[in-house]
Amino acid sequence: MNKLDNKQRVKFYQKGTFTVGNRLVDKKARSVQASMERSNAITSGHRACQGCGEALGARYAIDTVMRVTNNKAIACNATGCLEVFTTPYPETSWQLPWIHSLFGNTPAVATGIAAALRVKGKKDVRVIAQGGDGGTTDIGFGCLSGMFERNDDVLYICYDNEAYMNTGVQRSSATPPTARTATTMPLGDAPGNVFGTGKSMPLIAIAHNIPYVATATVSNLHDLETKVEKAMTFRGARYIHIYVPCPLGWGHASDITIQLARLVVDCALFPLYEAEHGAITGSTPIRKRVPVEEYLRPQRRFAHLFKKGAIDTLRIAKIQKMADENIKRFNLLRKETESFDGVTGISLKESKYT
Amino acid sequence: MEEKEKSTPEKDIEKENKNIKKPFAITLDVGSSLANETGSWRTERPVYLDRLPPCNNACPAGENIQSWLYLAEEKDYQGAFQEIMKNNPMPATHGRACYHPCETACNRKDVDTAVNIHAVERFIGDQAIEHGWVPKHDAKPSKKTVLIIGAGPSGLSAAYHLTRFGHKVTIYEAGPVAGGMMSFGIPAYRLPRNIIEAEVKRILDTGIELKLNHKVENVEHEMKAGKFDACFLAIGAHLAKRIHIPTPDTSKILDAAGVLREMETGKNPPKLGRRVVVYGGGDTAVDVARTAKRLGAEETIIVYRSGPGQMKAHDFEVKEALEEGVKLNWLSTIKEMDASGSIKVEKMELDADGYPKPTGKFETIEADSMVLALGQNVDTSFIKKIPGIKIADNVVEVNSSMMTGYPGLFAGGDMVPSERTITVAVGHGKKAAREINAWLSGKTYKPLPKHELASFDKLNKWYYTDAPITVQPQLNTIRRQTTFEEVLGGLDGSNALYEARRCLSCGNCFECDNCYGVCPDNAVIKLGPGKRFKFNYDYCKGCGVCVKECPCGAIKMVPEEI
Repeated sequence: MNKLDNKQRVKFYQKGTFTVGNRLVDKKARSVQASMERSNAITSGHRACQGCGEALGARYAIDTVMRVTNNKAIACNATGCLEVFTTPYPETSWQLPWIHSLFGNTPAVATGIAAALRVKGKKDVRVIAQGGDGGTTDIGFGCLSGMFERNDDVLYICYDNEAYMNTGVQRSSATPPTARTATTMPLGDAPGNVFGTGKSMPLIAIAHNIPYVATATVSNLHDLETKVEKAMTFRGARYIHIYVPCPLGWGHASDITIQLARLVVDCALFPLYEAEHGAITGSTPIRKRVPVEEYLRPQRRFAHLFKKGAIDTLRIAKIQKMADENIKRFNLLRKETESFDGVTGISLKESKYT
Repeated sequence: MEEKEKSTPEKDIEKENKNIKKPFAITLDVGSSLANETGSWRTERPVYLDRLPPCNNACPAGENIQSWLYLAEEKDYQGAFQEIMKNNPMPATHGRACYHPCETACNRKDVDTAVNIHAVERFIGDQAIEHGWVPKHDAKPSKKTVLIIGAGPSGLSAAYHLTRFGHKVTIYEAGPVAGGMMSFGIPAYRLPRNIIEAEVKRILDTGIELKLNHKVENVEHEMKAGKFDACFLAIGAHLAKRIHIPTPDTSKILDAAGVLREMETGKNPPKLGRRVVVYGGGDTAVDVARTAKRLGAEETIIVYRSGPGQMKAHDFEVKEALEEGVKLNWLSTIKEMDASGSIKVEKMELDADGYPKPTGKFETIEADSMVLALGQNVDTSFIKKIPGIKIADNVVEVNSSMMTGYPGLFAGGDMVPSERTITVAVGHGKKAAREINAWLSGKTYKPLPKHELASFDKLNKWYYTDAPITVQPQLNTIRRQTTFEEVLGGLDGSNALYEARRCLSCGNCFECDNCYGVCPDNAVIKLGPGKRFKFNYDYCKGCGVCVKECPCGAIKMVPEEI
């Protein structure tokens, strides 16, 4: 009788490679969110909408920071949903030292705190700054660029929901083409937001040659936690851009928040990658590619693309082209060869960037 | 004009601050948002539930497959064994000889390939035999006695379960060994005899008395003589169905059941000759053909009426037979056999509805012997005498409680109307045991309502990684053609574990922490290992993310009561 093929190693991942926890793996290998001792940086009772992606993304990120720093972290918050729903005076959901000043000055406030800690010689206390896409890509952009340029010891996290949700869904420079917002209505020849505008904050951050930049989503928790953890191993300015769906602003059902965050990655409109000192060092390959339509269709902000009998194939094709370019640029369709062994699917060795 | 008290902005703020007892723009209490119970926003609430996994739903023996795979994937093979033993006392046997409808139903087949459930069951069963594990058994003796007639899978299963209920069981078996069709119907190359012996012994060791070579002629008499309170009849179907095939030499025509039985009980294996024709298209026909090959037949041909792919036999059996050199002669019926062994065969063709019909064209096949594998009948000769019993189409009628028309006499297995497999028989034995147990105490058995099915659409497939099925090793062809060694090898510790972990745990929480992790409102409370989770409805806003992100479909939304 032939000997069994022993090449097939015992893996813990057939079931639950990507789940939050996994009772079959070592406790240390499990995510922060699987732990009963997680800090719950944003506790219950906050006023975020049902199914809020930002509330989730912020807890994922800050809980990880809390574990890595042994609960020694200070968070600065820009004005925005995250600030408003967590801290409606006189209550707050935050369970760490947290400060809110203005919409646009958060990186500067964080810089100041980092400087104060340096003066006091407190190396173990780390500073986080965070804001939405409006506070980051528009209003706080100058302060943030300054913080990067000076390489201040701050991790800045942007929770990107692609518009000003808190003030009533106005367009930001992170709003994608064709998306309906209060200021880009689906009317006329170019319905929704126009093509060819906006900016990629992560790529701008990379251009500052700061120690670490990464993108993440709420749909891939292991990837997100690994990146936050990695960011905390560096000193100096670091930037993480987390994609967080918004049921209210995007007009989608509250239960598909994570599903949309998954689809945006799987259709390649939001590539997951990381960079160190100005060079891209890795990307997370797509597990199962889907057409952009699958991501766009469940959202009311794109409903005008899918009118009955008048599907806007031209604009959908243009969006698909954006996704295709991301696939090429970040090499997103390569085989996930090492994903069985690592929890995240990220492997720096696999990077094939030229 | 003067006002009594002048209102100033400062005073207003001070007044407001007094109301809320907090100064403005200063530290707020940590986590003070807990005062805001957002559960009031909810219109629907998530609830945990156990759905019925398709494997469990398909298992004729009613095994809780998901549950024992859950234990097996933790390497708790003994726990898995005990879980199997709650429903089926013969895992090593079933891991080999069951046609595993669980795998046909398995949701994983739509992800990559079905979980190789039978291979894991076999591994657990073999471990149990190797380590001498015995089932847990703590029922108090009931002082009731039950007679079981027939020590096949159904009778053994009933005996085992009745013993677990605390009743004293005696089995009368007409044959020289226990096992019924497991021994007399399934060839040793599929089910080695030491496996049956070990599992039967383990069942008997729970305190069951077995009388071999005891053929019952009068059920009423035996029940009275032994003062039995109830009786379970499970004699199987051992009489070969015959058709008339004109021949001057009947000695060359044998029947499949007889051949397979003789393999087991005869001093010498049956003499089939160099060229063997098997007539029939079921699993038994294939078993006989493969047996003939092993006995040295140079040519073995299965002749059957219908077309290719229309055989009743399971595909894997046909495939294995073809690998061993068995030939198939489809769309053929046998007309007659002459003294020299020439068989006249009429070719058939399929009509528009896919049924075979005669063509009037004939062929000749030379054969040393012909084995008829056309199914088996129940020996009803002594059953007919029992008052109140009804026999229709050669099988005994039973009611929904598996009781015959004679009070206290139950029947199951191949002798009642059903599919004839060992797993169905074991299922009958279990059900009959429950019914008998209830009947003995003057009650009726009420099965628990079934959970709703965990169908494929209830799963979130994204969380499952592609992990291809583990293929069992196969014996090489030469040995398969010449010996009765087991064809399929077993799994070893590492790949059995791998295979168990391919289970998707459909409809049953496997503590992946997803709900706990994905709740934007921290409204899921983790209760610790083995204790699962609960919702904190004070804060759950009812967004439904946990339901969508549960990989196995163990949460659902229900409307909030107003």
